[in-house]
Amino acid sequence: MANSPVTTSEDSSGLMAKAIKEGLFAGLLAFGMFLLYVGIETYQNIDNKLVWRTRWGLLAIFVIASALGRFLVVGFIKPHIDRRKLAKAKAGIPEISSEKGFFHTHFLKIALVALVLYPPLAIMLSGVQGSLKFVDNFGIQILIYVMLAWGLNVVVGLAGLLDLGYVAFYAVGAYSYALLSDQFGLSFWILLPLAGILAAFWGIILGFPVLRLRGDYLAIVTLAFGEIIRLVLMNWTEVTGGTAGISGIAKASVFGIYSFDVGAPNNFAKAFGLPMSSAYYKIFLFYVILGLCMLTAYVTMKLRRMPIGRAWEALREDEIACRSLGIDTVKTKLTAFAIGAMFGGFAGSFFAARQGFVSPESFVFLESAVILAVVVLGGMGSLTGIAVAAIVMVGGTELLREMEFLKHVFGDDFTPELYRMLIFGLAMVVVMLFKPRGFVGSREPTAFLKERKAVSGSFTKEGHG
Amino acid sequence: MSGEPLLKVSGVETYYGNIRALAGVDIDVKKGEIVSLIGANGAGKSTLMMTICGSPQARHGSVEFDGRDITRVPTHEIARLRIAQSPEGRRIFPRMTVYENLQMGAGLDNLKYFQEDVEKIFALFPRLRERQSQRGGTLSGGEQQMLSIGRALMARPKLLLLDEPSLGLAPLIVKQIFEAIKILNEKEGLTVFLVEQNAFAALKLSHRAYVMVNGRVTMSGSGKELLANPEVRAAYLEGGRH
Ligand SMILES: Nc1ncnc2c1ncn2[C@@H]1O[C@H](COP(=O)(O)OP(=O)(O)OP(=O)(O)O)[C@@H](O)[C@H]1O
Ligand SMILES: [Mg+2]
Repeated sequence: MANSPVTTSEDSSGLMAKAIKEGLFAGLLAFGMFLLYVGIETYQNIDNKLVWRTRWGLLAIFVIASALGRFLVVGFIKPHIDRRKLAKAKAGIPEISSEKGFFHTHFLKIALVALVLYPPLAIMLSGVQGSLKFVDNFGIQILIYVMLAWGLNVVVGLAGLLDLGYVAFYAVGAYSYALLSDQFGLSFWILLPLAGILAAFWGIILGFPVLRLRGDYLAIVTLAFGEIIRLVLMNWTEVTGGTAGISGIAKASVFGIYSFDVGAPNNFAKAFGLPMSSAYYKIFLFYVILGLCMLTAYVTMKLRRMPIGRAWEALREDEIACRSLGIDTVKTKLTAFAIGAMFGGFAGSFFAARQGFVSPESFVFLESAVILAVVVLGGMGSLTGIAVAAIVMVGGTELLREMEFLKHVFGDDFTPELYRMLIFGLAMVVVMLFKPRGFVGSREPTAFLKERKAVSGSFTKEGHG
Repeated sequence: MSGEPLLKVSGVETYYGNIRALAGVDIDVKKGEIVSLIGANGAGKSTLMMTICGSPQARHGSVEFDGRDITRVPTHEIARLRIAQSPEGRRIFPRMTVYENLQMGAGLDNLKYFQEDVEKIFALFPRLRERQSQRGGTLSGGEQQMLSIGRALMARPKLLLLDEPSLGLAPLIVKQIFEAIKILNEKEGLTVFLVEQNAFAALKLSHRAYVMVNGRVTMSGSGKELLANPEVRAAYLEGGRH
């Protein structure tokens, strides 16, 4: 930017002119873009004929929002950021400080404590029944995605194998639990590891044919794999119930001691003399998925420091160099697929136990895309970054359901959920613009020499992606 | 220095698709020797290096290491026989730190001798000690070359393959690296097979050398002999002396 930090009046009037110009241009662009999508609405009338009507008011809101947004960014936000950067550079403060604050160093512990206290807090604030929304819609929903994204992170973030069909393993886990509990009456705690093993097995099955593929080719084949699994689930009606899916799946129990079935003699609420509510089951599930997430994080962090984890990361960087260092790349890839798939399988069986119902509709490509988006936004490889991305993206879209007030702005037939994907995409573009390497873009080294010397890795940023 | 060859390449032909890059190459390297390979661009030097490591594998002929036929052994298992390579283009891990790159080199012994060996590498290339927590991709070209050689050495190799260790380096650094190779050879008895464009320095350093033209070895002899050879002088040395 050419603006000097000392803004003279002449400067600022030039800036205003520029901001107004760019704002008008953005408005024009938005008008062109949204004219057909937003300005005109098609619907079916009583005779089942497709007719259309205009929505000029809504279109105006879109256009004005774009113009105003651009005006503010150019006129105020950007100069402000530039001034701050310049001031920092002048003061000689490096952008990344090597001393981390208390919050930073104890981040994981603080986050864990906050999560453990979350359900009681929700009950305190909104009562047993009211806590359902917070624990289930926000808590469990987000944690499932955290777990899935951490699982996919092993494959994509660490081993660098672009997998677009990850949802297949989620599906394998879910159907494993649904079918096996239905057929053999096995409990959740037996089927959870079993679902993980089955998914890992499918991970290896997928791994074999794609061993020699990389990048775009690998992405296409994994995408196809995900679709195949879904289509099989849809069409193998005798076993999977086809599009109707499987319902009435058994709930998880507290290790067989307490049950959450209403009629059971060892019902949790009855045993403790509490009023009947489905909230207890959700709170229990919250802790289960929290535990599963912790397990995933623990295993990932441990593996990263072990030879196999280091081999994954080396594989991501340079496959040929790996081989010439004695790393068996076949084994390395297969274990990455297997372990990533295993976590997907765990999450899947949890999902089935939570919903009590599975159908192929839950395992469409869009799910894979969302999970991958969370991994990329978080900064491939970083567990913290991915967790933050999951909270922002999944929590953000859940939040949309709560935004009743938007109806007053956009009219009564406005359903915010329908804009979920639009906002999801917008958020992604914005994050990628400002943080091209994701929330936590720099890779944390796994090993140091005991005494760290003057040159620190954190001062050196890479120029390339 | 005499006796059984550690590496024996006989009649090796390597193809890229239908294109023959090596047309019957015979080379041997004895224990404790420094042997260099010189030749014009595209002669097939790097291809020979890679063929020794099994990627690509030779279509005809054989590669023997320590008396064992390794022509059809997969690359990672060849590496486990302690043939370490600093390949063309260095191929260090860009997002990993210098220290982690060196760890990757020591993976064969599961880091058993790591502390001891890493000190040796740092003594050899003090520059790497200074830069140990910097990411590999942000090192200068010369530092990357040092890291690539250092990483290969971490594997405690019986045979070290170096593909153009002096590529793109300042003369002073080239001298340093060649000095280091010499020390390793004399003190530790390390066997080295290197490819070089810098023919003068390479021939001076080596016990023996081969000249390669269009996928064939056309000349061989001691470093001194080849340095004196008028043909070699005309093709690789005149005007090329730094
Ligand atoms: N992957 C490949 N596919 C097809 N042809 C290749 C491949 N790699 C090398 N070649 C060809 O094989 C021949 C030998 O290449 P090589 O890399 O071995 O040469 P070189 O002697 O190392 O040359 P330089 O001194 O330039 O490094 C060249 O003609 C090259 O074009
Ligand atoms: Mg070459």
